Amino acid sequence: MDKFDVHTGRAMPLRASNVDTDQIIPAVYLKRVSRTGFEDGLFAEWRKEDDFVLNRPEYEGSTVLIAGPDFGTGSSREHAVWALQDYGFRVVLSPRFADIFRGNSLKGGLLTVLLPQEVIDHLWRTVEEDPATEITVDLVEREVRAPGVHESFELDDYTRWRLLEGLDDIALTLRHTDEIAEFEAGRKSWAPVTL
Amino acid sequence: MARTMAEKVWEEHVVRRADGEPDLLYIDLHLVHEVTSPQAFEGLRLAGRSVRRPDLTIATEDHNVPTQNLLAPIADPVSRKQVETLRKNCSDFGVRLHPMGDIDQGVVHVVGPQLGLTQPGMTVVCGDSHTSTHGAFGALAFGIGTSQVEHVLATQTLPMEPFKTMAVTVDGQLGPGVTAKDIILAVIARIGTGGGQGYVIEYRGEAIESLSMEARMTVCNMSIEAGARAGMIAPDRTTFDYIRGRSHAPQGADFDEAVEYWKSLTTDEGAEFDTEVVLHADEISPFVTWGTNPGQGVPLDASVPDPASYEDPSARAAAEKALNYMDLKAGTPMREVAVDTVFLGSCTNGRIEDLRAAAEIVRGHKVADGVRMLVVPGSMRVKEQANEEGLGAVFEEAGAEWREAGCSMCLGMNPDQLAPGERSASTSNRNFEGRQGRGGRTHLVSPLVAAATAVRGTLSSPSDLAE
Repeated sequence: MDKFDVHTGRAMPLRASNVDTDQIIPAVYLKRVSRTGFEDGLFAEWRKEDDFVLNRPEYEGSTVLIAGPDFGTGSSREHAVWALQDYGFRVVLSPRFADIFRGNSLKGGLLTVLLPQEVIDHLWRTVEEDPATEITVDLVEREVRAPGVHESFELDDYTRWRLLEGLDDIALTLRHTDEIAEFEAGRKSWAPVTL
Repeated sequence: MARTMAEKVWEEHVVRRADGEPDLLYIDLHLVHEVTSPQAFEGLRLAGRSVRRPDLTIATEDHNVPTQNLLAPIADPVSRKQVETLRKNCSDFGVRLHPMGDIDQGVVHVVGPQLGLTQPGMTVVCGDSHTSTHGAFGALAFGIGTSQVEHVLATQTLPMEPFKTMAVTVDGQLGPGVTAKDIILAVIARIGTGGGQGYVIEYRGEAIESLSMEARMTVCNMSIEAGARAGMIAPDRTTFDYIRGRSHAPQGADFDEAVEYWKSLTTDEGAEFDTEVVLHADEISPFVTWGTNPGQGVPLDASVPDPASYEDPSARAAAEKALNYMDLKAGTPMREVAVDTVFLGSCTNGRIEDLRAAAEIVRGHKVADGVRMLVVPGSMRVKEQANEEGLGAVFEEAGAEWREAGCSMCLGMNPDQLAPGERSASTSNRNFEGRQGRGGRTHLVSPLVAAATAVRGTLSSPSDLAE
């Protein structure tokens, strides 16, 4: 996983709430067995409309997505995170994320940042007025900075450390194999097994 | 200190707890299917890792599988590749798989409970958000992403941040024709699609205790549609009777010991929930959705709401967008909405009781002209049982299509899809734009409403048939 410390980039305003993962990437794109190349599935249905924000040249190359509340609801598909990353996004800003999507994003190095709706509203207006506006998302200081915005955000220390170091969760857990084995020795003898 | 059931199950599974780190939780059962696992197995291969506990892992083919002509190869090459990849992965890593054609093949959340693998007090995960279904047994069951699938395969654990707890109490008794599906749609309409965010919901109260095991699964299944990671219901006699005798249930003295343990897991008297919500069963009637998220629902007796009636501008905009997509006009009585397709099935409502209830309604009737009804059992074992009870014949005589098991039109990854502009009454769990097929319009309903709608052609309850 790539390390994440400070990122500065242009931003795309997505003025919608309840953007479910079926919209982020429709089920038909989930049939692949590869881990990359999902950018063509990102918002595939909405992209058929010419005026959808992803189709507007002034937002081409954006790396920060500014979304409404309840972003990433519905299906647990991690492909939603991969599609956003493969398209080039490093950060999503929203007043509220669905749990599973948030967990997936932070595992995979897509930084999801919670900001109050007023700040989101301000950022929407700012980047709509000037699409060249750059937004800085600073994980070291846990701050978002943009013209007229200097907002701190919360992220637990452990997740922040893991993202800053670019660490793989599995390798971290495998350091504790002895504790896992010890726990297993104490499980109920009648607990079900599949084999 | 008095504790909730969710807290007890959590504590029982903590492998490691350290300051500044999430708890490392042990996972008792890992369910696997073809869509969210290929990249996880590939990750294991690349890192030279194995599956730590294949004996706590089970796989089934469900999302992509066709529901007819099972003997023919899967026509869609991409779907076929995904199913073949699962078969290879299970074979390479020693994971038990129920492939197409097997009697225990079916929707992963129907198969686990049916085999007796889902039991109270367990931690159950799957790369599928409807894993919350298994909470009906008093298990802590939640959906995970593919990275976490890989993590569980490699370590049989997950690092997890604790949940908050919410009690949803449903007092009183449900009226006739009102089902578990109506309860959960009413709960979601009340608390909203984000209302359960960060919570494990425990459903309690007389109406919940009176539900059968299968109905409890319907309620817990859609917890995710309220934003919650998991839903739980305290194990009781109904639970123990359901598990007893199933192939993976504890046997003999072990069963008695298990029951004693399971009883100890229920929420203590005086335990505090972070949030409590109360509904009264007599206020719940058959419920249908009108919009494009599961929180956009009303009683069947009501009309399509007017977006102008919403004070919150974001809810108003969402309602306008939804009505536009759904091609509905504010003020139209829900009962006047005509459908093209009725889908009976899914992990929400594809179990034997759902089929029985729907068959009882369509028996002796015909599916309305111009309407197609698709009946897709949740598993091949459900299909077998339904056939033994003559339910398959009832559906076929009414003119419905009686299919093989799978996720089918719930998410349209296989050929069972709505055409653009088509409208369905569906017993599934999501009415998102395009969920059942590009441009398709979905109304979520109970099996009873689905069956009555198939007969009349417009959204209906069984009581409309009597008139």
